[in-house]
Amino acid sequence: MARTRYIEALARALRDEMLADDKVMVLGEDVRQSLRRITHGLAAEFGDDRVIDTPLAEQAATGFATGAAMRGWRPVLEFQVPSLLYVAFDQVVNQAAKLSIMTGGQAKVPVTYMFPGSGARIGLAGQHSDHPYAILAQAGVKTVVPATPSDAYALLRTAIRDEDPVAVFAPAALLGNREDLLDEVPEVPLGSGRIHREGTDVTLVAVGHLVPIALAAVNDLAAAGISAELFDPRTIYPFDWDLLRASVAKTGRLVVADDTGRTCGLAAEIVATIAEEMPLRSLPKRVTRADSAIPFAPTLELALTPGKEAITSAVKGVVEEAVAA
Amino acid sequence: MSDAGADVAALYRTVRTIRRFEETVEELTAANEIPGTVHLYIGEEAVASGVCAALDDADFVTSTHRGHGHVIAKGAALGPMLAELMGRVNGLNKGRGGSMHVADLSLGVLGANGIVAGGIPFALGATWAAGQEGEHRVAAAFFGDGGLAQGLLHECMNWAALWKLPVIFVCEDNGYAVSLPASASAAGSPVGRARSYGMAAEEVDGMDAEAVYAAARAAASRARSGDGPTYLHMKTYRFRGHHLGEAVLKLAYRTTEEIESWRQRDPLTILAGRLGEAVVAGIDADVEAELKEALEFARGGALPDPATAADYTYASGMRPREGI
Repeated sequence: MARTRYIEALARALRDEMLADDKVMVLGEDVRQSLRRITHGLAAEFGDDRVIDTPLAEQAATGFATGAAMRGWRPVLEFQVPSLLYVAFDQVVNQAAKLSIMTGGQAKVPVTYMFPGSGARIGLAGQHSDHPYAILAQAGVKTVVPATPSDAYALLRTAIRDEDPVAVFAPAALLGNREDLLDEVPEVPLGSGRIHREGTDVTLVAVGHLVPIALAAVNDLAAAGISAELFDPRTIYPFDWDLLRASVAKTGRLVVADDTGRTCGLAAEIVATIAEEMPLRSLPKRVTRADSAIPFAPTLELALTPGKEAITSAVKGVVEEAVAA
Repeated sequence: MSDAGADVAALYRTVRTIRRFEETVEELTAANEIPGTVHLYIGEEAVASGVCAALDDADFVTSTHRGHGHVIAKGAALGPMLAELMGRVNGLNKGRGGSMHVADLSLGVLGANGIVAGGIPFALGATWAAGQEGEHRVAAAFFGDGGLAQGLLHECMNWAALWKLPVIFVCEDNGYAVSLPASASAAGSPVGRARSYGMAAEEVDGMDAEAVYAAARAAASRARSGDGPTYLHMKTYRFRGHHLGEAVLKLAYRTTEEIESWRQRDPLTILAGRLGEAVVAGIDADVEAELKEALEFARGGALPDPATAADYTYASGMRPREGI
């Protein structure tokens, strides 16, 4: 067991997969020097052929990975900045993700897209603060947002072994978080959620960096006599609806905390799905990012992104409404 | 394939096969036996025929929305191709791809692509991967003059030149990006652009399959010996509209005189003129028989079961979330 930072857990997972399968290679911008530290040391260990610096050409790099994958390789493509996904969007959602069905199952594209440093982190401003996982879910691309070092390790390995493109978002606010990592971390399949804290009054869904924030909120709420159950989907697509249904069936109340846009967002989807399927004891609530670019000044960034106060207040509102009724 | 000159009869056979396939497709589309629309390759057959004749079976092709010719020239069976266009389960893509995505990966066809320039980067990754395995595979990446305006093409030309990847960039300049003249689409000299990346580049008579073959053969040879990519600018022309829907739209971006002048250089007649009449007649008869058989095969295929509509969405076998 070793005390491991989130980013180190990703690095260990990548190295372990490269050791396990010589068709796993990593490419991206500055991955040999390892600006993002996930690929640190890999060039020296695995050589130039399996650790590749690409030109700054995100569309071509994404298509390169697709071509290598169709030849039987398992490329791991690092996007140095998550919003570079927008530059390469056609190559991800309209090419790689559709090749299997468009070719009637002839093509397999087992590529992993890594997005380290996703989301806002004080001062990254308009074009470096997005958390673009929900738009991939809408396109049906397998997408994970691990919230802990253990889950980051396990889910990156699962993503690399998967036969389809999988996007792995590593939230910026979590990269330095530490956890004791087992020598043998148990596997986590795609589509498997996790209950971080059991509770009876309300189900609180939180994604990515909002999981530890929500956990702090849950502790505060417990002191106020509210028992909240904290559900972390871990995988955005496929989503563990069964685990969520079981939780909401028990609590009868729902709050969703998700740091992506509100309109047509992940929180909207979760609330809509539950509302379609089961009666709730009170109106559900969403705590999301505004449908806005993130302005530079820290006070402005914080005003537009969900935090502990907003989550706590939403949970209280949902529980108290039911009490009043 | 030999190092000697082109096998003119073989080239003629490919050109003739594509021509008659496309004419059949035109009829089947008009008769609603093929759903959607199709982008016919009629007039441009010499390009695919000459380029693919210079490739080995295990080499790669990335194709376009006007891709039937590339897939046939790479060796696809006509029956499963036609069945694919007709949306049948015995199609190459089991009815999931249609005209714009028809592909046979076992022949190195890495997809036909509905996005202009969208498939070109696959050629980089696939040839790189093969090279890592010690196999020096060449890829022909096809695109049109419209593709010259796409940034992705230039990302790929830059990268392929940097790494000396064995890619042949084949521009099929048929004069128009849908209705936009090539002169309004690409600035400067496309060949000059390619040379500025440090790659060999030349303009080729894209109506003469022998000339195409010679250029592609030299490019493939450079690629195999580690000398990197080549850009081939094929001057060609499509005898039909951008797609079959165009006739209804009554577009007027080119004149009858222009179309007629290019028809004087029909790739089929050019090659036929170099072969004896008996040889031509023999090949023509073979092609008719093959097409007849292909049509029977395609019509004999079942329509896909609606219950299987979401099959193959994921290679892992996962089912997508349902919408209904």
